[in-house]
Amino acid sequence: MENVILYNYLPILLVFGFAIIFGIGVVFSSELFGPQRPTKSKLSTYESGMKPIGSAEERVSIKYYLVAMFFIIFDIEVIFVYPWAVKFSELYKTFGMPAFTSMLIFLIVFELGFLYAYKKGGFRWD
Amino acid sequence: MDLLQYAGIILVKILIVANIMLITVSYLVYFERKISAWVQDRIGPNRVGPLGLLQPFADVLKLLLKEDIVPEKAFKTIHTLAPLVALFVAFTTYAVIPIGPPEAQLWGVSLFTVAPDLNIGILYVLALTSVGVYAITFSGWSSGSKYSLLGGIRSSAQMISYEISMGFSIAGVLLISQSLDPQAIVGSQAGLWNMVIQPIGFIVFVVSAFAETNRLPFDLPEAEPELVGGFHTEYSSMKFAGFFLAEYANMIIASGMIVTLYLGGWQIPFVNEHTVTNDILRYALQVGSFFVKMGALLFFFIWVRWSLPRFRYDQLMDIGWKVMFPLSLINLIWVAVYVMLIS
Repeated sequence: MENVILYNYLPILLVFGFAIIFGIGVVFSSELFGPQRPTKSKLSTYESGMKPIGSAEERVSIKYYLVAMFFIIFDIEVIFVYPWAVKFSELYKTFGMPAFTSMLIFLIVFELGFLYAYKKGGFRWD
Repeated sequence: MDLLQYAGIILVKILIVANIMLITVSYLVYFERKISAWVQDRIGPNRVGPLGLLQPFADVLKLLLKEDIVPEKAFKTIHTLAPLVALFVAFTTYAVIPIGPPEAQLWGVSLFTVAPDLNIGILYVLALTSVGVYAITFSGWSSGSKYSLLGGIRSSAQMISYEISMGFSIAGVLLISQSLDPQAIVGSQAGLWNMVIQPIGFIVFVVSAFAETNRLPFDLPEAEPELVGGFHTEYSSMKFAGFFLAEYANMIIASGMIVTLYLGGWQIPFVNEHTVTNDILRYALQVGSFFVKMGALLFFFIWVRWSLPRFRYDQLMDIGWKVMFPLSLINLIWVAVYVMLIS
């Protein structure tokens, strides 16, 4: 059994290894071949040729935080749906209609949550 | 078969596929420039080599010999890590995409998939595309530039928003295939392609794929007129090339996924072991059909880029949450009803 898992996942390990080596090769190759002549203005932040105004370490709008929260909530829902989707045909053959209605109820409950967030203005971006 | 021999075969496959990817990426850039020239009634690159065909190599050589600038405000470790993550995602996802039938085997190893026996292929792709968000967030945050930061934040918000509708539309495909194995998904489309059964899911997935690969009309993270280069403003030489390479490689992978999930993968209608009895000819036809479908989708990607204007940020988020998300739910319920009707 251990051997089967090793055989199934070995290609993935090799692909990961190849991708890391390839990535390191690409990212560091210009340090080998390119010139290195840093100057003060070359190393400053790019702002269309002007002197940089302010810094990038500023507060981020709360909207983005909300998007992240919604993502976590709804992405968990997606993961709940996957096992049901894979096994649905079998479930329908053994249990009949409840295989469908139970998931429908789950989706409706979640959709109510979505509508609540919508009504509270969670999806207003301006 | 012993492990070393198996690893050797896999390594050869990886090298072949990675080289095909690299050549396709370079010529995709060439074709993008040629098609954009054709759309805008220009000539396009025609100086380097016959018809400008050596242009990609000239571009790579130029980028290789440029100075690698890391701005002093940047957080150097993460600044270097970001293009590495982008390349890692772009050059690992292809491993589970089947480009030919599973029965084509050499020494008992399936030829046309890099990781043929991985039965959770779709989860693997989803997991890796989520890692892709980190590349852009890292580069935006670590560059120490306002433009990069805005580009990075917008992009991560966009990518996670569209990942949900993407996930739901894939669930529709799983209902039909009853498996997470890409090869089984292709097999389940032997009669009818998923595009015919679930057109809504197909459209949602294609739109999400555009958003996930940051292509116009969803390329807000870059948005040249307002954010300079977006998240890669502060990158130069091969680090910039890394992002560029990853973007085009992601386009190829997205096309491959659309073909696998909705367009029947390597299958051609009415071509099977009964109609075409010569094995080699049949395999060649089927692998060819996969590449033809993928090429058509890549042309579509480029065509859309040079035809449509960019969405505003609020429009983009509205489409993601208020249009695509409900549509993907409707698609899921429709496919469940369809499965009940046919069984």
